[in-house]
Amino acid sequence: MIRLEHVSKSYTKEGLPALHDVSLQINAGDFAFIVGDSGSGKSTLIKLLLKELEPTAGTITINGRKLNKIRRRQIPKFRRDIGVVFQDFRLLKDRNIYQNVAFAQQVIGESARNIKKNVPKILSQVGLAAKYRSYPRQLSGGEQQRVAIARALINRPKILLADEPTGNLDAKNAWEIMDLLDEINRDGTTVVVVTHNLEIVRAMNKRVIQMQKGVVRDDGADWEDDGPVYRGGQVSTYGSDYFGEQPGLAGEESAADGFFREGPFLNQSGDGGGDED
Amino acid sequence: MRISTFFYTIKQGIVNIWKNKMFSLASVATMTACIFLFGLFYMIVMNFQAMVKDAESGVAVTVLFDHGISEQRIEEIGELIDGRVEVSRYEFISSQEAWDYFRDIYFDGNEKVAESFGADNPLANSASYAVYMNDISMQSALVTYLESVDGVREVKQSATVANTLTDFNRLIGYISAGVILILLCVAIFLISNTIAVGISVRREEIGIMKLIGATDYFVRAPFVVEGIVIGLIGAAIPLGILYVIYGRIVTYVAEKFRFIGGMMSFLTVKEVFHTLLPVALVLGVGIGLIGSRITIRKHLKV
Ligand SMILES: Nc1ncnc2c1ncn2[C@@H]1O[C@H](COP(=O)(O)OP(=O)(O)OP(=O)(O)O)[C@@H](O)[C@H]1O
Ligand SMILES: [Mg+2]
Repeated sequence: MIRLEHVSKSYTKEGLPALHDVSLQINAGDFAFIVGDSGSGKSTLIKLLLKELEPTAGTITINGRKLNKIRRRQIPKFRRDIGVVFQDFRLLKDRNIYQNVAFAQQVIGESARNIKKNVPKILSQVGLAAKYRSYPRQLSGGEQQRVAIARALINRPKILLADEPTGNLDAKNAWEIMDLLDEINRDGTTVVVVTHNLEIVRAMNKRVIQMQKGVVRDDGADWEDDGPVYRGGQVSTYGSDYFGEQPGLAGEESAADGFFREGPFLNQSGDGGGDED
Repeated sequence: MRISTFFYTIKQGIVNIWKNKMFSLASVATMTACIFLFGLFYMIVMNFQAMVKDAESGVAVTVLFDHGISEQRIEEIGELIDGRVEVSRYEFISSQEAWDYFRDIYFDGNEKVAESFGADNPLANSASYAVYMNDISMQSALVTYLESVDGVREVKQSATVANTLTDFNRLIGYISAGVILILLCVAIFLISNTIAVGISVRREEIGIMKLIGATDYFVRAPFVVEGIVIGLIGAAIPLGILYVIYGRIVTYVAEKFRFIGGMMSFLTVKEVFHTLLPVALVLGVGIGLIGSRITIRKHLKV
């Protein structure tokens, strides 16, 4: 389970924060999209979840562990439960595709034999079996993206964070990747996908978290008496201005603040420990 | 550590060296020079030490007896000598033996002169004990003691060759220690620089590795391996060279210094390498290890 409580992140002292007072909860086994304009803080959010960045305020809890309580030495172990597809891929330039994916397994100490078995399998799942000896610079953006996806998935993480995993892919490839993520999710992995592809978002009919200028404008949940009900695939409420003109900041912020409800966290706070391993 | 991680680490360390060829080469070259000089000095010191040992085990003290001393008293003196800890062994040399020895050395080629002595032994009164020592520094104490023993006419000390050798050896030891220390610092500096370059080239990669969940250890270990391998290669090359040229050096030195040839006795290459090999390898690995640890500590606070 992923939970953010009043999380803010400022890169610089002056200027607007990249994230402002964000509270969110994504349960174990969920599939959630995060959408929002460029610069609205989506990648920042992902980086906070991986403890690549530290929030300037608020607390983040993942699988029952408060991230600010994780000691330096325990960070690697924490990260191994999380697969990440970075927006800028972050492949190792001096290693070929096979080695890039195998690396994720070497890190966790997987046996050479299993690595030999797993890597070709995942590479063919993302349609790159033929290119395993190529280096990242020899691949197209879409191909690099698929390598990044393969690397994120190979260790069968508990949580998959994908920052624009289909940004460079054509419709057919994008759908193949989305189907793959859906499949992973059905196997029990929590999947969080940042995307600009509203067509896919609507068609997949999953929870949609909308960000705008560093705040959560809609966390995709409607609150019933017995907890949240996620509205699948709905970006329609704000859909028109999501790609369109941005309303003034002041008005938007208050609208977002008004939309967010803190109550449910209290309702569900008992879950926290249950997800710990 | 898992086997696969072990092999991964070794492989990455070697890949690092390969991708960083120029700097690695410079490090290996410095290491080679350093260990070569070390090996050279080591061989000299070893050989001198062996010569000192030889000299020490040579006759140190000759004990001559009072005229007309009884055989029994000679035996008693022998037992006294035997009781001293610094004495390794002693041996009785009769007048006849002394004369034979003397004649061989000094009248070699002048047999006629020697024959003029006829059957008379000019050294009739020179029966003696030759005392061999195991610790040459105790020589003067032993002499003082022996001079006070009843029945001893005179105690002759052998030339202080051994002492001179010991002093000389010590001097060489100091000089080589100094030179080697400087070289060690240079080698460590170069290795740590090489690894610093490798780290800075890989800074981005290291960041990515950490985000995927690599431990500090996993990120660092290949750089340690890099240092150790450079150290090992830098030790193996000079060892090979020294092994090949040792025989030639020995022959050359023995020829050049033939006038003191009797004192020169050289160790075989096997004897020298018996200790030089492990010492040099440990030195190489140590330098590599220290060099890489310094850099990792400084540059890899990932
Ligand atoms: N390293 C950084 N230093 C300073 N400011 C940053 C840094 N990274 C991001 N920002 C700022 O933080 C804000 C949010 O950036 P972020 O990358 O999270 O946006 P995003 O929603 O992922 O956008 P996109 O859809 O274009 O990827 C932006 O205004 C950006 O300029
Ligand atoms: Mg982004």
